[in-house]
Amino acid sequence: MSKRIDVSDLNVYYGDFRAVEDVNITLDAKSVTAFIGPSGCGKSTFLRTLNRMHEVIPGARVEGKVLLDGDNLYGDGVDPVTVRSQIGMVFQRPNPFPTMSIRDNVLAGVKLNNRRISRSDADELVEGSLRGANLWNEVKDRLEKPGSGLSGGQQQRLCIARAIAVSPDVILMDEPCSALDPISTLAIEDLINELKDEYTVVIVTHNMQQAARVSDKTAFFNIAGTGKPGKLIEFAETATIFNNPREKSTEDYVSGRFG
Amino acid sequence: MATLMTERKRSALTRGRLPKYTPYVIAASSVVVAAALMALIGFHVFGWAVLSAVLFATANVVSSALVEGRRKATDKLATSLVVGAFLVALLPLVSVIWTVWVNGVPGLLTPGFLSTSMNGVTGAVDNASVKDGTPVLGGVYHALVGSILITLWATLISVPVGLLTAIYLVEYSAGNRFSKVITFLVDVMTGIPSIVAGLFAAAFFAMILGPGTKTGFVAAVALSVLMIPVVVRSSEEMLKIVPNELREAAYALGVRKWRTILKVVIPTAISGIASGVTLAIARVIGETAPLLVTAGFATTINMNVFAGWMSSLPTFIYTQIMTPTSPSNADPSTQRAWAAALLLIILVMLLNLGARLVARLFAPKTGR
Ligand SMILES: Nc1ncnc2c1ncn2[C@@H]1O[C@H](COP(=O)(O)OP(=O)(O)O)[C@@H](O)[C@H]1O
Ligand SMILES: [Mg+2]
Repeated sequence: MSKRIDVSDLNVYYGDFRAVEDVNITLDAKSVTAFIGPSGCGKSTFLRTLNRMHEVIPGARVEGKVLLDGDNLYGDGVDPVTVRSQIGMVFQRPNPFPTMSIRDNVLAGVKLNNRRISRSDADELVEGSLRGANLWNEVKDRLEKPGSGLSGGQQQRLCIARAIAVSPDVILMDEPCSALDPISTLAIEDLINELKDEYTVVIVTHNMQQAARVSDKTAFFNIAGTGKPGKLIEFAETATIFNNPREKSTEDYVSGRFG
Repeated sequence: MATLMTERKRSALTRGRLPKYTPYVIAASSVVVAAALMALIGFHVFGWAVLSAVLFATANVVSSALVEGRRKATDKLATSLVVGAFLVALLPLVSVIWTVWVNGVPGLLTPGFLSTSMNGVTGAVDNASVKDGTPVLGGVYHALVGSILITLWATLISVPVGLLTAIYLVEYSAGNRFSKVITFLVDVMTGIPSIVAGLFAAAFFAMILGPGTKTGFVAAVALSVLMIPVVVRSSEEMLKIVPNELREAAYALGVRKWRTILKVVIPTAISGIASGVTLAIARVIGETAPLLVTAGFATTINMNVFAGWMSSLPTFIYTQIMTPTSPSNADPSTQRAWAAALLLIILVMLLNLGARLVARLFAPKTGR
């Protein structure tokens, strides 16, 4: 399953500080959208509002609407836990649970919620998710070993497997490759290309080539200066953003002439 | 073609160096000189050792300053000070352990010491063992059982209260004013003199169950007053160092906060929490004052913490020394007291080893 996201008039705050201002954007189902922009412009902050992870931080709040196939995530009586089980997230630094084996890491979404699952269903889910994350062949002989024993790239793919094991509709990735070497990065980019057949994928990246390689559409965020809120400057097909952007600042950023 | 350069005999990169055997020579001469000086003012082994050490350190630093230069000399001076401080710190520890060991072993090895109580051991029995040389009767079984039961109950009270408080402080309070008050009170509790904790428990139970209520449970309450702040503090530190990323990873999978705490945060911190608890137990198992006013003195075995007086190792030691079973022949009582002290030290050491074992056992697994 894959769902689209419509964001309207979204403002994001840390206490009194407005970090992101007036975002309107539509993320299509079964596509990859990339967020690019300079550091501190609010890409992570905005991404985290899409699965209500933002409010985990004390004092953080959100104004505006985020519709998941028409249902407002911030509507009255919406349980953030339900939202998060439908919109998964992969973080910048790989963070497998250190107390769990590789297998248990994949099953974490099920086991931590005390959902009952038969041994054979669990095996199937583990294999399916690890295959989905292109990790199965590398770890199939050591499923009971701790997840922290894997390399950084493998750990990140384990985290992706963990995210897809709860069968979300959307997967959010916050700079998933920034802590990884080029080979692991390629493995993850390949994976993102496959994931979009089934999921709506949103990826934050600092790497322009990566955005160009993996995404269908690209959103450029920018910030007027420190202490000012970040804004969505331009959102279009990736090819347009990189070859023929409408805004001057977008062109400066993607061509490396940033100032 | 480059030719190989031969190594120079005296490297330009080094400065004056003392020969390798210098420290040994200085050490030997310090010992001799110190002996000579001591002979003048009256020989004494302890003074001899101290004087040798001082002479050795001084000569070492001075010779180094003359030959090797200022930096090396400073290094040697600092080394001497650190080693000296270490020895001074070690002295009382070694001395205590040695004294207790020497005095305690005979009593501890007496048959029946660990398996009998003081029931029926009267002054006459002790007098007989001194006069006729029969083995010293009586043992610590009742006190050992009492110590273990009281500490067990104290742990059963302190761990839930302390751990839940720590969880509230770290996971839920978000640094609000209430949490600051709790933290302050916990700090105050850490400094409560143990006798005050004992008096609190005694007064509290006197109020609800009538005056003079002395049972093992009252003692356990007194000990938990001492234990709770330690458990709160150590658990709090352990929960704080669990990376936030793990909590967020669980939230992002649609896991509720309390389940995240129960199944991710606590398992990640459990090794530190468990060893903190073990150390807290080791800390209270030797408490004497609060037990004197809450559990009374018993000479017989009492397995019930809710009724009757109870003995414990520290109060056993105290009573054996202060009021010997036979006032005219105190030696058997003294022997039992030393043996009980040795037993207590062994227990505390085992608990400390246990804390390490527990930490290793529960630590998150790494490796491939
Ligand atoms: N936990 C936080 N508390 C307060 N301000 C924050 C927090 N996290 C980020 N910010 C601020 O929000 C702004 C956007 O940050 P972020 O979303 O991390 O940017 P990006 O991911 O684009 O580099 C920055 O000014 C940053 O200082
Ligand atoms: Mg970021």
